[in-house]
This record gives sequence, structure tokens and C-alpha cells, in this order.
Amino acid sequence: MRVDPAKCIGCTHCMQVCPTEAIRVSNGLAVITGERCVDCGNCMRACPVDAFYIMQDDLSLMQKFKYRVALFPSVMIGQFPEHITDDQIYGALLELGFTHLMEVEQPIHWLVEAYRKYHAENPDIRPLISSFCPAIVRLIQIRYPTLIDHIVMVKAPHDLAAHYALERLKGEGAQEGETGLFYITPCSAKIAAVKRPLGEKESIVDGILNMDEMYNRVMQVISSRPGVGSSGYREYLTREGILWPLPRGEARLFKHKSMAIDGIHNVVKMLERLETENHPELEFLELRSCDQGCAGGILLSGNRFLTVERLERRARTFPHSHEVNPDGPAKADVLEKLVTDPIEPARVFQLDPDRSRAIEKMALVEKILCRLPAIDCAACGAPNCHALAEDIVMGKAKMTDCLFLQAEWQHEGRVTPARGFRNMEKIWGEGRFKADCKKKGARNEGY
Amino acid sequence: MIIEQTYQVRGGDFAHAGDASSKVKKLLKQLDVDPRKIKSIVIALYEAEVNIVAHAWEGIIRILIDRDHIRMVLEDKGPGIADIEQAMVEGYSTASREVREMGFGAGMGLSNIKRNTDQMEITSRVGEGTVLTMVNYF
Repeated sequence: MRVDPAKCIGCTHCMQVCPTEAIRVSNGLAVITGERCVDCGNCMRACPVDAFYIMQDDLSLMQKFKYRVALFPSVMIGQFPEHITDDQIYGALLELGFTHLMEVEQPIHWLVEAYRKYHAENPDIRPLISSFCPAIVRLIQIRYPTLIDHIVMVKAPHDLAAHYALERLKGEGAQEGETGLFYITPCSAKIAAVKRPLGEKESIVDGILNMDEMYNRVMQVISSRPGVGSSGYREYLTREGILWPLPRGEARLFKHKSMAIDGIHNVVKMLERLETENHPELEFLELRSCDQGCAGGILLSGNRFLTVERLERRARTFPHSHEVNPDGPAKADVLEKLVTDPIEPARVFQLDPDRSRAIEKMALVEKILCRLPAIDCAACGAPNCHALAEDIVMGKAKMTDCLFLQAEWQHEGRVTPARGFRNMEKIWGEGRFKADCKKKGARNEGY
Repeated sequence: MIIEQTYQVRGGDFAHAGDASSKVKKLLKQLDVDPRKIKSIVIALYEAEVNIVAHAWEGIIRILIDRDHIRMVLEDKGPGIADIEQAMVEGYSTASREVREMGFGAGMGLSNIKRNTDQMEITSRVGEGTVLTMVNYF
């Protein structure tokens, strides 16, 4: 997740919605603390000027490969308007230069079996928590380390499809290095998970493509062509596979003994509870950072509810996963590769590695909080008073960053007005407070 | 230096039972206490907090965090415990039907607390109240 300094206007929208308080405003620009960021994309969604962007690979990268596989989740199809058919979308993707196309939820029954096996082999860990959403896995890693053990150590559908595609192409005679796997994703966290993997040494895919960009490309070449006969590409696509990235997609495996929660702030509430209360009656928790699961993915172009609607209708035309369960030598190999490496807790919220010093800092935070106004206005460049107090203790901010406290000190003659104004410009940028009728923001766009 | 925190608990306020334990949990995380130790501390404190809510009229929780341990003192005004030894037995409960229907009062509270603390001490006067002291080392 990056901020484009040319676009960022230095407001507080992103900072206020970040679930890990990873954003500060300094010199008029949003700054992300990488180690705290879980790549959930909430900042991107909240930004009124589209200043956030996600790194991606260039489509030309695929020219290096003889076999060019596009891996994409079913929500890719779901985002298109109803009148555009599967055949047209597949045809457009082939026209963009891919030689093989694969919706990643294939063959999903292998993943279902891997989940069931993990569930049976770990009867003492309840509830199990899905590892599907990489933003949630990172969130648990940095904020809820006591719950790391609950995460199902099985990889995601795109890994399944990637390994499966490799095995199949090998079977068709593809040599080592001839196959390029390109993963088209609606998810900022999946991109981060590929670029800096968690639970594996190196990602299997060769390139990652943003789904909003691919949506545009597909729309540009789709025209009125009838498309190609594409059912051959969906040999192992099933009802459960199509529904997998939607709410209850995984939870349905565990029936009434499971719960599905979407929206990262809802997930936070549940994880807080799980840390204090035991819930042995729950077998499985599906936790997704985006509202409506991947249908609400940050890089998805369609309306999330219409996407769910189209996919639910589409799913009904496909067989159940247990009816499409390709066995063969590849299965054991692929399943073996779907086991996740252990996840270590990351200590990013600790005040100090030395306990005595940490206690001193904590006491100081409390003392500073006595002086701050508890308005949580974010005008200091931190999301709330408590965050500012912590920043001050960590040496990243100063008392006069609180504009109310500074006004008080000016009133008492402790800070000159000129100094006060300079302090304000340090947070919000030089010239930020000049009259400007064309300035962006401030227009209650939410209504 | 030590961290000192005080939390008020109101009897019957089930909606807010657990607030103090979550706040303490957040502090311990910032102090980088071993996650497993945090879990035990929070389970014990939560049980004790719920005990005040379920049985007493009002209470106060005092938390002292030092570099190698946490001391939690929960003092309530309430009916007190007549036979502490019996109250420690798993499954023994004096909770009312209403409280049980809310999912509390299964009689596992005190034994659960004991399992999750390094030191535990209860003193009680019937008709006046109970003082529970718990100490956990990091």
C-alpha cells in the first residue's frame, strides 16, 4: 500500500479508518508505518482523492513465458454486468495474451479435504480460524498473537490453482521455467501476501495483476464479439468453489458450528472476545476483512451486492464439489504443498523491548493524556489523543502537535504565534491554510 | 516504577462485564508480556470481574503492574462467601436461575481463577463483601 504524494491532500479520512493505527499525517501527506499495516485497503476505500495505490506487475512480464496462465477468483466474473457472458470474459482474457485461464477455486474439493483433515487432526483447537484472508492473518499476527495457534495452516485457493496448473502443464509437456503464473486479484492483502509472503518462503505466482486494471482491459477488448467456448477451462469449477470467496463460503463446511464475520472492524470485536472467552461450541470461524468477503474487494469494480447476486445464481448451475473430485498422482503432491509454514507473532505495538522502560513509557503516556483534550480530532496528525500520547513517548511527535494544547500555551505566552503557525504547517504542509476555492475535499461527499 | 489502574464494577451490569479485563489485556500487550501469560491473566481477571457483576452490589478492581508481575485486587460489597473451600469446588454454584440463564454461574469461576493464577487469596465476610487478590508472574 503506497501513497501518491502528488494526489494526497493531507486529510484525516484514511487515518481514522485504519484498524491498526498505522497512518499518520506529516508535512501534509499520509504516511504508512509498514510494520503495522495489514493491507486491508480501508484507507484506499476512505480516500476522497484516490491517493492510495497498490504495487503490481506489468502485463508485459508475461512475454517471457511460453505458457501464460491467468489465475483469477470467481469474483472476477461476478463483477461484470449481467449481459456480459462467461465466454466473452474468457475470450477477452485470451485476447490479452494468456494461453491458459483458471478460476482459482478449482478443484476446491481438495481444499475441502485439507480443511477437514486439519480439523480432525487438531481437535483441541477450537474454534479454528480460517487462513483465507491475508489481512486477517496479519492482523492476528500483530494484534492477537494468542490466537495464532487457531489459524488453519492450509493455503488459499490461488495456491491450490497455481500448483494444480503447474502440475497439469507439466503433464502436457511444459518444461521448467516455461510456465508463467499470473494472479489477478481484487485484494490489496493478497498482493502484499505475494510480495512479502507470510507462512511460506516464496510465493508460487510469477506476477500479480490488479483486478481493477484487468477489468478495464477486458472491457476495452470485449466489444460485441461472441467470445469463445470456455467451458473447457472450468472443468473442475463447482458450486462450493464459486461461493468460496463469498460470506460463508468456507464456514458452510462446518454447518451450524461455524460463524462467518466480514468487515475488519467486526472481526476485531470478535477477536477481542475470543482472547478472553472460550467458545468451544464453535468449530470454525471464517473472518474476512472486506464487507461481503472478496465481493467487496478493494480492487473490484462492480457493486459488491450485485457481485454476490450474480455469483450465487451462477453457482446454482454448477455441480457440487464432491461430484467433481479429480483424483490422480497430482493430488497428493498438490495437497502437500498447501501446508502453511508456522507464523511467528510480530511485536509492533510494544512500547519498549525492556519491560521496566516500557512501564515508564506507559506511565508517561497516562500523564500526557491528562493534558490532551480527548477530542480525538486528529488535527495533530495522529488518529486520536491516545495515539498522539504514544507517539510523543516514542519520540515521534511533540506536545505542541496538539493544536488545542498549543493554543493554550500561546494564550499563556509559552509559544509565540509565529512558532505555533510553523508547527501547524509541519503537520499539514506549507501553504495548506491559504484560502483556495478550488481545494479538494471538505465537501461532505458522503451525502 | 509501577503502573496503577483502578476500575469500578457495578453489580448486575452484565453488558459491561469484561471491560476491565480488556483494558488490562491491552496494557499487557504493550508491555510485551508473553501471550500465553496474558491469556491466563485475562481469563482469571474476567472470571473474577464476572463474579462481582453476578453476585455483588458493587466492586473495585485495582491493578498494579510491575516489571515481572501483575497484582490484581478485587474488592466488592456484596453477600460474601460463607464457605470458601466449598466455593472453590468445580461445579459448586450459588448463582440464581436468572444469572445461569444468561450463561454465567456454572460454578467454574473460582476453580478456573485458581488454575490461571500463580497466587490467589480470598477473604470474605458474609453480608459485607469479598476481597480477592491474584498475582501472576510474567
